[in-house]
Amino acid sequence: MGQITLQGVQKSFGPVHIIKGADLEIADGSFVVFVGPSGCGKTTLLRLIAGLEDVTGGAILIDGRNVVDVPPAKRGLSMVFQSYALYPHMSVRGNIAFGLKMAGVTRDEINRKVEAAAATLNLTPYLERKPRELSGGQRQRVAIGRAIVREPKAFLFDEPLSNLDAALRVQMRLEVTRLQKQLGTTAIYVTHDQVEAMTMADKIAVLNGGKIEQYGSPLELYEKPANLFVAGFIGSPKMNFVTGELAKQQGATTIGVRPEHLKVERNGQGGWHGTVSVAEHLGSDTFLYVDAGPQGVLTARYIGELDLHPGDKVSLIPEPARIHRFDDSGKSIRA
Amino acid sequence: MARMVTTRNKVISTTAAWLVGFLIFFPILWMVLASFKTELEAFAIPPSFLFFHWTTENYVTVQERSDYFHHALNSIIIAGGSTLIAMLIAIPAAWSMAFSPTKRTKDVLLWMLSTKMMPPVGVLVPIYLIFRSVGLLDTRAGLIFILCLGNLPIVIWMLFTYFKEIPKDILEAARMDGATIGRELIYVLTPMAVPGLASTLLLNLILAWNEAFWTLNLSTLEAAPLTVFIASYSSPEGLFWAKLSAASTLAIAPILVLGWFSQRQLVRGLTFGAVK
Ligand SMILES: Nc1ncnc2c1ncn2[C@@H]1O[C@H](COP(=O)(O)OP(=O)(O)OP(=O)(O)O)[C@@H](O)[C@H]1O
Ligand SMILES: [Mg+2]
Repeated sequence: MGQITLQGVQKSFGPVHIIKGADLEIADGSFVVFVGPSGCGKTTLLRLIAGLEDVTGGAILIDGRNVVDVPPAKRGLSMVFQSYALYPHMSVRGNIAFGLKMAGVTRDEINRKVEAAAATLNLTPYLERKPRELSGGQRQRVAIGRAIVREPKAFLFDEPLSNLDAALRVQMRLEVTRLQKQLGTTAIYVTHDQVEAMTMADKIAVLNGGKIEQYGSPLELYEKPANLFVAGFIGSPKMNFVTGELAKQQGATTIGVRPEHLKVERNGQGGWHGTVSVAEHLGSDTFLYVDAGPQGVLTARYIGELDLHPGDKVSLIPEPARIHRFDDSGKSIRA
Repeated sequence: MARMVTTRNKVISTTAAWLVGFLIFFPILWMVLASFKTELEAFAIPPSFLFFHWTTENYVTVQERSDYFHHALNSIIIAGGSTLIAMLIAIPAAWSMAFSPTKRTKDVLLWMLSTKMMPPVGVLVPIYLIFRSVGLLDTRAGLIFILCLGNLPIVIWMLFTYFKEIPKDILEAARMDGATIGRELIYVLTPMAVPGLASTLLLNLILAWNEAFWTLNLSTLEAAPLTVFIASYSSPEGLFWAKLSAASTLAIAPILVLGWFSQRQLVRGLTFGAVK
């Protein structure tokens, strides 16, 4: 079991208020991603759950029990650090076995479990090596092995893949997701990479300035962002925002349309008119940056190749059903 | 062309390094040489460098006049004991300051170091009186106590610096792995800190071995270490260069040997830090 509940969790470092009341319900076995801009408090929130920092206020429940006064060693969670944080003086075997040794598991069982974990993570040939004799990806796998071998209530990951190169990152992303599903263990995963967030998560918590802006499934966030921040943060390229008269016509202060929901027409009639200022041809997609006068610079994404070049006149027609409306305070208006 | 310049530079800097090294080593060499001369040759002007009448009579006389082994044993007990106790106090102190610092930690460290800025002679009289009234004068325990206190600030400071270099993440990982504070210390922190601990230990041992102010002032015979043994050769009866040199050579020999064999450890600890 690994159900985690946050109730009004707060954290201050001296006078600085970092986490301003977080409420969250993490179901057993789910994969939850914390995403948000740098410095928004993702790591801090994760460390509060881990017990590596003490809360200033609120409650953290693990399987219904408030653990704010329980030391990290007793919370039954395991963590994978961004820096891997392997024990440099121990072999891979020693690293993975350490938690079991601390738990007083018998030697035979330790060996059996360590070898099983190593096999799952393709680490068997490296069991007797020291961390410094491994590549970055291998070290990362050792860190993951150390986390899974203890069969914790939940895994906590703090940007575990950010030190890997792009190809390895994609591979490890798949491996981590597969492993989590296979084990069925609750996971909380911190990242600022929204592709990671969208692809790995059952549910995403978007953090900004120490507050949870929205908590929902990836598609919920994409289709029904709760506010301007979430709308702008989720999705790549970023959602286009238009204010002023056009927005007012729709009964909103700001309207937003995703680049992929703008239909591009050469010298078209309706919609918003503009001039292409930059065109990026990726083959699979074409990204257009269109100078649309009063609406500012709009981004449009076309699936496939579109033969347009800077200076070409285009019109951009938003899909009516895909227009997001926001009120004065930035909150989403739902019809 | 460029290559020639670098080769020449290398030759120059190597020569310079050897020269400086020799200059620093020279007093010790001179002392060792003097210990094999007769008293007359020892202060002859001009001095003879290698071509003199080699003799070991100084060593024989020194051992006859005062018991080298008695003093050496005292030195070992006092330096070893004070170092051991200092380490036992300093490890937890430095550990807590490095890993759970408070707002005042820096102040505490500075305050500790500031006690080393006071000249010891400033507190000699009170300490002497205290020692006399509690019966610690000329006892090994007394010297262990005072040397331990004297070196404690430096030991804590050094260990603090080494501990500071150990990534906090690794200790937190141990905590997440279910290690209690004690086990974290034993299984994770200590092994990573070994190079730093070793060089601190060695340095403290050398400092305590050579400490001359308190040992000379607070001991006479019973607890007197090798420093007192040396000093007894610059006595009112006259200066005996050759015998003084023989005594000094005997006194530094053990620590020199220890230093020689542990120099790799010492240099590594002093330059590269504990982990990398
Ligand atoms: N020990 C600390 N003392 C004081 N302030 C801290 C401490 N730890 C974090 N902070 C502050 O808390 C804020 C949130 O930090 P946190 O590390 O949680 O951000 P993050 O969302 O993980 O960012 P990133 O994506 O860059 O890792 C930052 O402004 C940071 O300066
Ligand atoms: Mg972070």
